Amino acid sequence: MLEIKSLRAEIDGKTILDNLTLSIGAGEVHAIMGPNGAGKSTLSYVLSGRAGYEVTGGSVHFNGEDLLAMDPHERAAAGVFLGFQYPVEIPGVSNLLFLRTALNAQRTLRGEPEASGADFMKAAKLAAADMGLDFEMMKRSVNQGFSGGEKKRNEMIQMALLQPKLAVLDETDSGLDIDALRVVADGINRLRSPDRSTLLITHYQRLLDHVKPDHVHVLMAGRIVLSGGADLALRLEAEGYARIAAEAGVANIMDTAA
Amino acid sequence: MTALPTRKQEAWRYADLARLATLWPSRAPEHRRLAGADLRLDDKISGEGWHDAEVQIDVGQNGQLTGLIEQAASADATVTMLYRIALAAHARADLTLINAGAAYGRLALDISLAEGAVLTLGGAIVGSGAQNLEIITTVRHIGPGATSRQIIRAVAAGRAVTSYLGQVAVAREGQKTDAEQSFKALLLDRGATANAKPELEIYADDVKCAHGASVGELDAAALFYMASRGIAPIDAEALLAGAFVDDALTGLPEGPAREALAARLNRLVAERGTR
Repeated sequence: MLEIKSLRAEIDGKTILDNLTLSIGAGEVHAIMGPNGAGKSTLSYVLSGRAGYEVTGGSVHFNGEDLLAMDPHERAAAGVFLGFQYPVEIPGVSNLLFLRTALNAQRTLRGEPEASGADFMKAAKLAAADMGLDFEMMKRSVNQGFSGGEKKRNEMIQMALLQPKLAVLDETDSGLDIDALRVVADGINRLRSPDRSTLLITHYQRLLDHVKPDHVHVLMAGRIVLSGGADLALRLEAEGYARIAAEAGVANIMDTAA
Repeated sequence: MTALPTRKQEAWRYADLARLATLWPSRAPEHRRLAGADLRLDDKISGEGWHDAEVQIDVGQNGQLTGLIEQAASADATVTMLYRIALAAHARADLTLINAGAAYGRLALDISLAEGAVLTLGGAIVGSGAQNLEIITTVRHIGPGATSRQIIRAVAAGRAVTSYLGQVAVAREGQKTDAEQSFKALLLDRGATANAKPELEIYADDVKCAHGASVGELDAAALFYMASRGIAPIDAEALLAGAFVDDALTGLPEGPAREALAARLNRLVAERGTR
């Protein structure tokens, strides 16, 4: 589904991703872990096409198509969803309007008919209820006045409605209490299917207790230095990153900035 | 006939005086008058030429005025409208202004508030190309305990000049005045201009007069967030610009004026996109 080959990317002339290679098959859940400044968020922004992140080498293919050649909104329509570490507030634009506009924009770009108002409202109510978010919040401006946990739940509501093929979730677990973590994890698990994939970017093992990954990768100095199964996350939690850094020959795990 | 205004007159500081100079010698403003206790104003300014009028509106004691002034004149038109509104004691006025058409569009309001009168004024300015659009208000608190709220939002693209000059004058008798002015402008292009000039003239000593002004551009983070959900840049910009002016339109019900303004914003953003 996603093929990243020898990807290099920089911000303001500083190399952040350096020869990153990663392959994610359909139906798989991959987790990327790594210390601060390893390039985790940069990877999510490069995949979603944020301005200011310049790709200087390598390739990214999504279901055979050149992802890097697409504009951000085209990537979304193709099925890539980015769960933001810090979801953005949009004053004056209601959650419902935002979501309906997004859903229909994607459908139009894919040549599908727009969702009817009734179908959309039904789906939005269900998605909000699944995430334990009061439906009144859906009528408010996007993320404005939401707590950190509510913002993350709102990301999951958007994901549930947009039904992406690949969800890239950038520290979706950060800022969540234990109960909220479980709710968000349930949301991720609900979307798991043989034709959907997930890339979890996280600092901590605890999300992976709830969403069991098929593969775990360690990102350091802009590249994948170690890959393994779900047990690799446990090893990282116990040992920290320093030993793996030494084994991988990364002199200073802090030598790149996020 | 009055003399052509000059740049030295504060209220004409940003006006398109060159355009007015050619028209002024033939000036013959239309005069209209409205009076009563329950008034509805629905002024739509459209078409070509020079739209020049002075409208006197007297709202009786405990009366009310609800209204919309929608300036949607043709691209080469000139608009110089002056509304003189007098609110008698405990009267209220809820007005929405839309200033979006014409080459030079000037909506001037001179509103006096007697004891306990209440004014809420929302104003949306949407300009592009070489348009010069302004809202000029003078709000006179001539009696005690009157309240005025002005919320003006401007969206400017191209080389458009958008201006808000808001004077609040509180007479010696205007104790317990509560006056508020908020102006925000969204500049979509480098060449666009927003002028904001709140002016307070206060002769009473127990008053509350608040004013705020800000000028900004589209939020890049919000645009990317919307793009990441599949919304194309042009649609995202139109949504953000629409939300921005909505602050000034809380008093305007759903209807053709709202739809026309939304369409105007969509066109404006789309024209930028194809440049």
